[in-house]
Amino acid sequence: MKVLTANRLTDGEAVWFSAAGSWAETIDGADVVADKDGEARLEAIGKAAFDNNEVVDVNVIDVDVVAGVIKPQRLREVIRAAGPTNRLDLGKQARPAAGAA
Amino acid sequence: MYRYDEFDHDFVKARVAEFSDQVERRLAGEITEDQFRPLRLMNGVYLQLHAYMLRIAVPYGTLNSKQLRMLGHIARKYDKGYGHFTTRQNIQFNWPALSDIPAILADLASVEMHAIQTSGNCIRNVTADHFAGAAADEVADPRPYAEILRQWSSVHPEFSYLPRKFKIAVTGAERDRAAIQTHDIGLHLKKNDKGELGFAVYVGGGQGRTPMVGKKIRDFLPEEHLLSYTTAILRVYNLYGRRDNKYKARIKILVHETGVDEITRQVEAEWQALKDGELKLPEADVAAIQAYFAPPSLAARPEGDEAIKVARLDSKSFGEWLDQNVFTHRNPDYAAVTISLKGIGEAPGDATDSQMEAVADIAERYAFDEIRVSHEQNLILPHVARADLRAVYDALVAIDLATANSNLITDIIACPGLDYCALANARSISVAQDISRRFASLERQRDIGELKLKISGCINACGHHHVGHIGILGVEKKGAELYQVTLGGSADEHTSVGEIIGRGFGPEEITDAIETIVETYLRIRNDASEKFLDAYRRVGPAPFKEALYASEAKAA
Repeated sequence: MKVLTANRLTDGEAVWFSAAGSWAETIDGADVVADKDGEARLEAIGKAAFDNNEVVDVNVIDVDVVAGVIKPQRLREVIRAAGPTNRLDLGKQARPAAGAA
Repeated sequence: MYRYDEFDHDFVKARVAEFSDQVERRLAGEITEDQFRPLRLMNGVYLQLHAYMLRIAVPYGTLNSKQLRMLGHIARKYDKGYGHFTTRQNIQFNWPALSDIPAILADLASVEMHAIQTSGNCIRNVTADHFAGAAADEVADPRPYAEILRQWSSVHPEFSYLPRKFKIAVTGAERDRAAIQTHDIGLHLKKNDKGELGFAVYVGGGQGRTPMVGKKIRDFLPEEHLLSYTTAILRVYNLYGRRDNKYKARIKILVHETGVDEITRQVEAEWQALKDGELKLPEADVAAIQAYFAPPSLAARPEGDEAIKVARLDSKSFGEWLDQNVFTHRNPDYAAVTISLKGIGEAPGDATDSQMEAVADIAERYAFDEIRVSHEQNLILPHVARADLRAVYDALVAIDLATANSNLITDIIACPGLDYCALANARSISVAQDISRRFASLERQRDIGELKLKISGCINACGHHHVGHIGILGVEKKGAELYQVTLGGSADEHTSVGEIIGRGFGPEEITDAIETIVETYLRIRNDASEKFLDAYRRVGPAPFKEALYASEAKAA
């Protein structure tokens, strides 16, 4: 399964394309696709957002969905989705509302 | 220290205005990311995992208190309350918004700082011995030459689009504390038999995926020829350095593939055409730059010895800090102090906004307003009266920066690794923290003695793992972190590249493996005076391999 991620142009914030059709600051509500067509759709959305100067460093990444929770497969993406592992007070993991987005 | 003249002020101001305009146009969508990326890199702006990163130049690692206070201000106002000092004596902020960067650069310019040429295929920040101008063993202060190189290399039209980045380091002492042989050009400032100043010139050192020790191509270059000779080297490199393959584009590959003799011949031939031209340094100009680096007027403070004797009796921990973090100054009444940014379990090289401000206050009060950043990711107060050491120590204790571990196993160099860096394959900071906690006992660390442990989270080797006595390289294998260990590296005047000891270790095994290596060293050393590196060079890898892998070899 895959989701679409990027960094927001203005502040570099890591963002994921959500099932609600917008760029969200957490991975929780990301638009998860399970087939080639879905992947192509996300890639097209990413390219359009890049071309429209909304986001940079656009990537479609591998995830698993375990008990309804989206988990990136690569550690790199786990860290992007949470924050530095040595600073639990920073990044998405530090947000009181993390998980509620 | 060097102060901007009118030209410098105008130059930096113009650059801030130019880049501010570029940022504005990018945010307005008038220029594309592909157009903007090289522009932002030229101004030190990277995109990392969580956010943008801004790398600010600290020329040859020298700061005054006003500048350090400004870095603290930037950390607080635009970032998340801390900064990361790097192995190029620079500082990085991990969380700035692109839209704030023009304001940050304007703040920096107000204290004569900038982020120019901290990225890109140009000549990067020239680094120098962090004890420059203070060390007892120094022939002359290398920083005036680093400053001359900085002025010459700033937006140099011929050398702004090299095949790859280019790094220069300068030292003024036999004991190399600036790792000059791991640089594209390493300069060792020394005197000849006649007492004249000049440089031994090393070329083609570097780390990354192909580590090479620099080759000496000239034993003595008179100081007046610094720029003509450097230009000759850069011209040969610019002409023949490979542009077809990024991984073979550094000058070390050119030197290796061409051969030292032929490269030397080419450089010398180019230099013959240049040496008596406009690049020859006028004596008056060198003197003018040297004047900026005139040592502070150090009043006699002979009461230091007695003060220290009393303070030692009063505090064991002060005595330990004195033994470990205080370095011999050329003036016997003074000392150079290492402020460790390697607190036990902390991220190497990180300092908070309030720590930066407090160090600035200490420097202003006790250290003639001077601070240095070392390539080992610590801060230095180069001139402190020995009589004031106890007061400085107490002030450092108050801000949690009095860890007495300089040159010990917990004084670890580590790159940001996968916790921040877009290039990394594995984490570095967490490994450094684990090892630091394991060896937290100062008594144990001191028994182990000098041991330089360096960690990189990818093959680009920002954490200098190749030249660690113990080096750790993080890689990604089958989606998981794996750590390769090298032994026997060194970045001093006897530079060597460490050798891979065997199969790598998982994140949960690496600290045990390091402990096994250290325990093996303690067992095999002749006595406590034989340092880790000397013992390794005497016995080689065999006993370490045996200790790490023998049980699995038997099982197989």
